[in-house]
Amino acid sequence: MLFVLLMSLAAALLAPTVARVARGAAGSLLALIPLAGFVYFASQIPAVAGGATLHVTYPWVPSFGVMVSLYLDGLSLLFALLITGLGTLIVLYTSGYLRGHPQLGRFYLYLLLFMSAMIGLVLSDNLITLFVFWELTSFSSYLLIGFKHEAEKARKSALQALLVTGAGGLALLAGLLLLGYAAGGTFELREIFANGEAVRAHALYLPIFLLIILGAFTKSAQFPFHFWLPNAMAAPTPVSAYLHSATMVKAGIYLLARMDGLLGGTEVWVWTLSLAGALTMLIGAVSAVRHTDLKKILAYSTITALGTLTLLLGLSFEESIKAAMVFLVVHSLYKGALFLVAGSVDHATGTRDLRALGGLRPAMPWTAGAAILAGLSMAGLPPLFGFVGKELAYKAKLGFDGADVILPAIAVLANALTVTAALILVLRPFFGELKMTAKEPHRMGWRMALGPVVLAGFGLLFGLLPMVLAAPLVSPAVFAVLGGEMPIKLSLWYGFNLALLLSGVTLLLGVLGYWAWDRYRPALERGVEVLARIGPETGYERGLAGTVRLAEWQTQVVQGGSLTRHLTLIVTTLLGFLGVAFWLRGGWDYVEAAGASLAGVHFVDGTLVAVAVASTALVIWSRSRLTGVMALGVMGFCVALLFLRLGAPDVAMTQFLVETLIVLILLLVIARLPGFPAVQTPQPAMRWVHGLLALGAGTLVTGLVLAITHQPLDLTVPQYFAQESMPSGYGRNVVNVILVDFRALDTLGEIVVLAVAALGAYVLVRYGALPGLPELDFSGSLILRTTTRLLITLLFMTALFLLWRGHNEPGGGFIGGLIAAGALALYLIAFGERALRDLLRVHPRGLLGVGLGLALLSGLFALFGGEAFMAGQWVTLPLAGGGTLKLGTPLLFDVGVFLVVIGFTLTFLLALQRTAKAAEAQAVPTLEETTT
Amino acid sequence: MHTLLALLIGLLFAAGIYLLLRRHLLKLVFGLVLLGNAVNLLVFTMGRVDNTQPPLIPDGEVALTGAFANPLPQALVLTAIVIGFGLVAFALVLLYRSRETLDHVDTLRV
Repeated sequence: MLFVLLMSLAAALLAPTVARVARGAAGSLLALIPLAGFVYFASQIPAVAGGATLHVTYPWVPSFGVMVSLYLDGLSLLFALLITGLGTLIVLYTSGYLRGHPQLGRFYLYLLLFMSAMIGLVLSDNLITLFVFWELTSFSSYLLIGFKHEAEKARKSALQALLVTGAGGLALLAGLLLLGYAAGGTFELREIFANGEAVRAHALYLPIFLLIILGAFTKSAQFPFHFWLPNAMAAPTPVSAYLHSATMVKAGIYLLARMDGLLGGTEVWVWTLSLAGALTMLIGAVSAVRHTDLKKILAYSTITALGTLTLLLGLSFEESIKAAMVFLVVHSLYKGALFLVAGSVDHATGTRDLRALGGLRPAMPWTAGAAILAGLSMAGLPPLFGFVGKELAYKAKLGFDGADVILPAIAVLANALTVTAALILVLRPFFGELKMTAKEPHRMGWRMALGPVVLAGFGLLFGLLPMVLAAPLVSPAVFAVLGGEMPIKLSLWYGFNLALLLSGVTLLLGVLGYWAWDRYRPALERGVEVLARIGPETGYERGLAGTVRLAEWQTQVVQGGSLTRHLTLIVTTLLGFLGVAFWLRGGWDYVEAAGASLAGVHFVDGTLVAVAVASTALVIWSRSRLTGVMALGVMGFCVALLFLRLGAPDVAMTQFLVETLIVLILLLVIARLPGFPAVQTPQPAMRWVHGLLALGAGTLVTGLVLAITHQPLDLTVPQYFAQESMPSGYGRNVVNVILVDFRALDTLGEIVVLAVAALGAYVLVRYGALPGLPELDFSGSLILRTTTRLLITLLFMTALFLLWRGHNEPGGGFIGGLIAAGALALYLIAFGERALRDLLRVHPRGLLGVGLGLALLSGLFALFGGEAFMAGQWVTLPLAGGGTLKLGTPLLFDVGVFLVVIGFTLTFLLALQRTAKAAEAQAVPTLEETTT
Repeated sequence: MHTLLALLIGLLFAAGIYLLLRRHLLKLVFGLVLLGNAVNLLVFTMGRVDNTQPPLIPDGEVALTGAFANPLPQALVLTAIVIGFGLVAFALVLLYRSRETLDHVDTLRV
């Protein structure tokens, strides 16, 4: 089973390529995939009809109980056959219908993706997997409805379908999660079914039921969520035939049928489903005959059919389930056929409006024949399969002892209107006199004729010999829904009974409805339009517009064009939440208990902090940009010295180097920025507000640190690192071993961030830069050049030395890389950009790529040994002197880090330098120049 | 020592936030640098600073013994410093581009 799923997914991904290479033959080739699936599922019929089920489970996220569990019983088999069988015909039909369309490959991709999702959905035995496939069908439906995305209507309809079914999908997810919880914490349907009694008696039964029903109703277009379906007709017709009549909209029906044995039979189930179903039936039937567009009529009559199915499943007893399963097949066959016929008519004449169509029978004989057979089945006339289905449905409604008169009455009315619709759909376009259309009507090729003919043909075959279908497919499906043994008997003729009488009345009313159609249709159209103004679609439109307005208003409040205001809000929120939490948890008690005191502080530390505070004050209040930058550097150096004092030489070295580089790039920038006095916060009051906010936040953080550091600390993890650093990581510098071995995956993530930031900066500069900039060269002083020449070799050797020894002593890729980057920055300042490029020979972005590549490569080695990605691998090499040398992938990883850090720093330096020069070349006077 | 660091961290936070709310974009970048330092010190202090022996295993031994500084926050802070550098550098490029495009550095108008 998994094979079928993977095969169709793979086919979906390959479809664009196949379409490009095989051109016209692509449709026939790709149709082999659903055909193979159909053959596979058909080969399972004997086993499943014999009462067997197939159940396979593959772990996906076993820790969360998420499995790819596939389960094949009568119900899933019936659906799987419909999906793959129709899929074959639809793919073939598409190759004719969209022949030569430039995006045909993409269309196949979406279509096969949808088919895979649908197969996965009906086979899933795990609630989470089921949900994933459920959403995938919504998503692929979105892509297919919006296929003609140049048209605004298509985009709007696609979004509407996605939002409605997506909202239902979220409800479904909540319902499924609750269901898993109520069933004792499992997501496996088999296990949940074993707990059925407990679920029905659970306090959460009602919410579970309502949430799952919401998912099913939105998907299967039940009132009041039905409005997205007619709009989805914006999709190309094969999509309407496949997704929006035969399969996807039946996903909700499938879910209801699947859940019937678990949640069904209760009072709320019966009444909710039968009421919604009956209402949907009626609304669909009335709306159908108001339209003159073939596809609209078909869409609304699909809604009627979906309502019928919901109603039948809601009644939830033997006869009704049987009727539902039969009607499911009946409807898929005739509706699929009629949609394809509508597509053919559209293709042949260029219009779908019934008022412009007529007399097409001689021009399209096969299509017309299929239409007549399918139409008769839709109208429920013998000897078509539709007759069998309708009789069963009547018997089920008459057999239900809840509502004696109303239910059959609604059914007769809806069915009569369906008969009318069937007559309209068949008689108007194909009979009468030929009308002039934009295109000369032509015969359909075999690809487009095959689908309708096969589907309509099956409708006739199953009508004449209903037991061909009943024994192998319908019985197992009913068995799967209800459990218990029940051989199903189907026949065309049940003798004279009440159901037959109702059929007669239905037919009579239907013909009457057709006869008077031209007279009452305009009035009906106006009436429905008036009603639509208070209908659910209007609600949807208002809701959507309201959401957009709300978002606009909220954005104005939060991000209304002032960064300061935005940041003030963020800080206030942080302060508020943190403060309240701190206060509620009794944070100040902890602070008091900590007994904060400055006694015992070493005078060096005290001095460092004092200098840091003084320079911070300078950063805040200095009126000169240069002083500000320098004070910032001093502050950073103090922090670095503190790190050193606290036993963190690696951190201290990194901090020194980074602070140096930050000062360097700030100096590159500040010259072209206006001075501080030119841009000041206007109102002194605001400064006080900001100051108080900042002080509040600072006080809170100080309190937090005091409160936390007074608590005991769990040292298990650091102890582990300290113990294992040598035995498993072969390094004496524990910090470095953590970076390149124990937590190498984190480090990999971090250097990827660096690379992405560098590329972002490059793009920012590149796409704003002025065209035709001269190559930038500026000459540093002679002294600088001479010293640089001497220093650069020395610095590089230091960098490499630190990189090499980093595993055992302070140093490593980050530190080495920063030193090398600093050396190159010096070279840039002394000799200019071109000289630097000559020296490097590669572009800094190249260094980023090589570095990331090395880091990734070092992680891959472990995979060959069957270990986890990034697990360190070591070899011991004998040295000439008699000692040994241990080499390992963490060292290679560190080299990767080294290169990324160099590439990243240089990319930024060059980017900033370039913008600075570009601005100079542009010679725009800065604000400072104009104001002073 | 914890008390001293707590005070410094709080002060750096306050200074950083105050600078973030200034009108001049360069001050905002200064604020980012200060905040970065504050957070690094915060993470470092969370690992406690009672022991100041660097976490380097002496020659001839196979594990750290006795009172050594906590290596875990050191590793975290080391990468955080470099990432912070990336953030500041990117902010500067952004600042520069916005100065070029909008011709001002005014946070009230960004």
